[in-house]
Amino acid sequence: MSQSGTGRTPGTDTFPRLLLEHARRRPDRVAMREKDLGIWQSWTWREVADEVRWLACGLAARGFRRGMNLGIVGDNRPRLYWGFAAAQALGGVPGPIYQDSIAQEMLYVLENAEIGFALVEDQEQVDKLLELLPQAPGLKHIIYDDPRGLRNYNEPQLLPYEELREIGREYDEAHPDFFEREVLAGGADDICVILYTSGTTSKPKGVCHTHASFLAAARGDVAFDRFDERDSVLSYLPMAWIGDHLFSYAQALVAGFTVNCPESSETVMTDMREIGPTYYFAPPRVFENLLTQVMIRIEDASALKRWLFHRFMAVARRCGPDLMDGRPVGLADRLLYALGDSLVYGPLRNVLGMSRIRVAYTGGAAIGPDLYRFYRSIGINLKQLYGQTETAVYVCKQPNGEAKIDSVGKPLPGVEIRIADNGEIWVKTPGMLKEYYKRPDATAESISPDGYFMTGDAGFLDDDGHLKIIDRAKDVGKLRDGTLFAPQFLENKLKFFPFIKEAVCFGDGRDKVCAFINIDVQAVGNWAEKRGLAYAGYVDLAAKPEVYELIHDCVRKVNEDLATESHLAGSQIARFLVLHKELDADDDELTRTRKVRRGFIAEKYRPLVEALYDGSTRCAIETQVRFEDGRAGVVRADVHIDDVRTGAPQRKAA
Amino acid sequence: MTRILGEPILSVDNISLAFGGVKALANVSFHVREHEILAIIGPNGAGKSSMLNVINGVYRPQVGEIRFRDRAWKRMVPYEAARLGIARTFQNIALFKGMSVLDNIMTGRNLKMRSGLIRQALYWGPNLREEIEHREKVEHIIDFLQIEHVRKTPVGRLPYGLQKRVELARALAAEPTLLLLDEPMAGMNVEEKQDMSRFVLDVNEEFGTTIVLIEHDMGVVMDISDRVVVLDYGRKIGDGTPDEIRANPEVIAAYLGVAH
Repeated sequence: MSQSGTGRTPGTDTFPRLLLEHARRRPDRVAMREKDLGIWQSWTWREVADEVRWLACGLAARGFRRGMNLGIVGDNRPRLYWGFAAAQALGGVPGPIYQDSIAQEMLYVLENAEIGFALVEDQEQVDKLLELLPQAPGLKHIIYDDPRGLRNYNEPQLLPYEELREIGREYDEAHPDFFEREVLAGGADDICVILYTSGTTSKPKGVCHTHASFLAAARGDVAFDRFDERDSVLSYLPMAWIGDHLFSYAQALVAGFTVNCPESSETVMTDMREIGPTYYFAPPRVFENLLTQVMIRIEDASALKRWLFHRFMAVARRCGPDLMDGRPVGLADRLLYALGDSLVYGPLRNVLGMSRIRVAYTGGAAIGPDLYRFYRSIGINLKQLYGQTETAVYVCKQPNGEAKIDSVGKPLPGVEIRIADNGEIWVKTPGMLKEYYKRPDATAESISPDGYFMTGDAGFLDDDGHLKIIDRAKDVGKLRDGTLFAPQFLENKLKFFPFIKEAVCFGDGRDKVCAFINIDVQAVGNWAEKRGLAYAGYVDLAAKPEVYELIHDCVRKVNEDLATESHLAGSQIARFLVLHKELDADDDELTRTRKVRRGFIAEKYRPLVEALYDGSTRCAIETQVRFEDGRAGVVRADVHIDDVRTGAPQRKAA
Repeated sequence: MTRILGEPILSVDNISLAFGGVKALANVSFHVREHEILAIIGPNGAGKSSMLNVINGVYRPQVGEIRFRDRAWKRMVPYEAARLGIARTFQNIALFKGMSVLDNIMTGRNLKMRSGLIRQALYWGPNLREEIEHREKVEHIIDFLQIEHVRKTPVGRLPYGLQKRVELARALAAEPTLLLLDEPMAGMNVEEKQDMSRFVLDVNEEFGTTIVLIEHDMGVVMDISDRVVVLDYGRKIGDGTPDEIRANPEVIAAYLGVAH
């Protein structure tokens, strides 16, 4: 390591310095893997440090300077991760963009962050950026990783990664001190990344974190679960999401563990089985999908296997969570569980690629209690955490052995929580954002004068010091009779049924709760096939009377469940309809992180909402849809509305 | 995005083919230039598939000559065609249903393998190295056609559109200079057709492969081909760019339908 000039050692207070430190301390351990051409290719820490060095030098040779922003777009690829470190090494700021953004959404980020350099994965992203060039003339350099299909492109902005790497090597040879000097010139208080929030309500905002804040959060996480260089993760979540950035970049650089990039987004399940990560992080939706796939396959299995599965899952439900939390369990159950572990749970964990999981986290949305219990009961240490992009997801985590279904855990070391008068959760954390990019107004609105971040979530701390979230503070409403109405809570209960993919509940200021349901085509389709029910597609399937009966049962069960919860018994679902169209982020109905935009949906489907409340049993509607290739079309349907019995409040059976 | 078309790589001269009294092809001549995408269209029974079968030697024409890369044949033989770099896919998928995608594509490498049956069975030494080389080539094709997720799946379990893609992959495994596609998009939905069109264009662009395809979907044909040859009752009634074909009165009358 060169110490010329300043006489300082690199230290570990910025991400690039951490990278150099790993390259020095564990040069030959595997830092990254990527499945390419059917084989897991790997890079050691030393190799990663070299790659980052050449990439940084190449960017510098092309004119990337301190203070500039580097746009990064694509699936999880090692080279894109190196882009983060390279930009940071030069004192620039990486700004990942969701890879499934449509061109217009990308344009906003390009303009907002004044992006002049972009590092992208492939032709798909190159095409989008080229399309935006007339509106974003500042974009001068587009570096692409995968040259497939780009052979005959000759726009002057384009440069293949390989070529930039060569430029970087030459530059490095000509200026051997350059890279170290740049890394030393950076400081812990520099901004290290801009992450755009999904924008449930308005235009996305760029959340700026400093090396200091992000490292503090990552160090806290690593210490909390004692991660080290022997751990490994599969990075398959969008790189623009805080969760992935924290887990596949920041925590990996702090703990020195191995990051594995899947071959493609379709092969994640297979790749996960091959890698067997020890640490896993996924939003509830992913856990839900995995379970749905497993359940579908179980249904198709032989009678004996189905019997074994259900027999032992009953055992697991009874004593699995207690075993996981270290509570006393009878000898007979212990023995049965051990048998179940070798016959059912072990193979099941293997199919899920979770045989080696030490810690699994979920967050970002509430997880269904049954879903949560399922994973814990088969021996996967699934825990919940709570945090936002703005707090670097460093607020609350469930400690081992203290997993409560309805809590998101205890405040992490260094975190202070205050509950405001309106029930809103305020947080002071070491992982606090510095600011919203170019939005001092938004920054001032979100951070209280005494330095708390106002999360916008409503919740409370229970007697054990666990934080419980009810809903978004602004979404919690009241029915006309004053009953508490927490839409997300209801929607999550509905969504736990494998047949229900998405739900939207209405009720604030009204006399009863009504819901839109999106069926899960895969699960309901499978169900329909089994019954010999022919259907032509989503719209057709959604309108089948048999499907309505199926969903009716689900809603009724939710109501029965709600009836046992004293403060929510009044918000049972009185009427529902199965929506004729799948809610889609391309139609602005969901955010890119797939949260429903309730207000927008209510406005878009106003006739349906009115029909729900005026007692009609049918409603004809026409809806604009946008196809993947950008064309627009119209879906017409005659939607049926179903009434559901609501029960009187009951006491929960002990 | 410009491609440079080369000299004619294949020409068929005065081909006539009859099965007993049925004249499948009558005095058909056309040529294909290097790197070109040529579509053959025509109503059912016009002789399109017969034409492909003549080119790669399955059928033996009574009259005429085929010139491929400066050599002339009175009749082509299928294995000779394959060795010369002509690969094809079939109208009705002809894959090994019980074998995995990977193994199916590997069969496309067979002509390129040096070792014989016995040596291939011994997974050792030079044979092992050879197999690894071929596997790498095949993996590039899998990557190119984006079928990684079904690499190990038996072909019979795949949806139709993907099977078509696997068949294309197997044809590509032979590293052909001329690729014959017999209705690559038949029976596909709009999205699958778009994907397949994209792949055909990509193959042409990336590898410079010359492509002759038969297709019924006029939208696809007009979009992706450089030139179109129209057959009707075994006769050639049109030959030109998609625009010329659209304006050709004989073609309109025979095939596209007369506007009333």
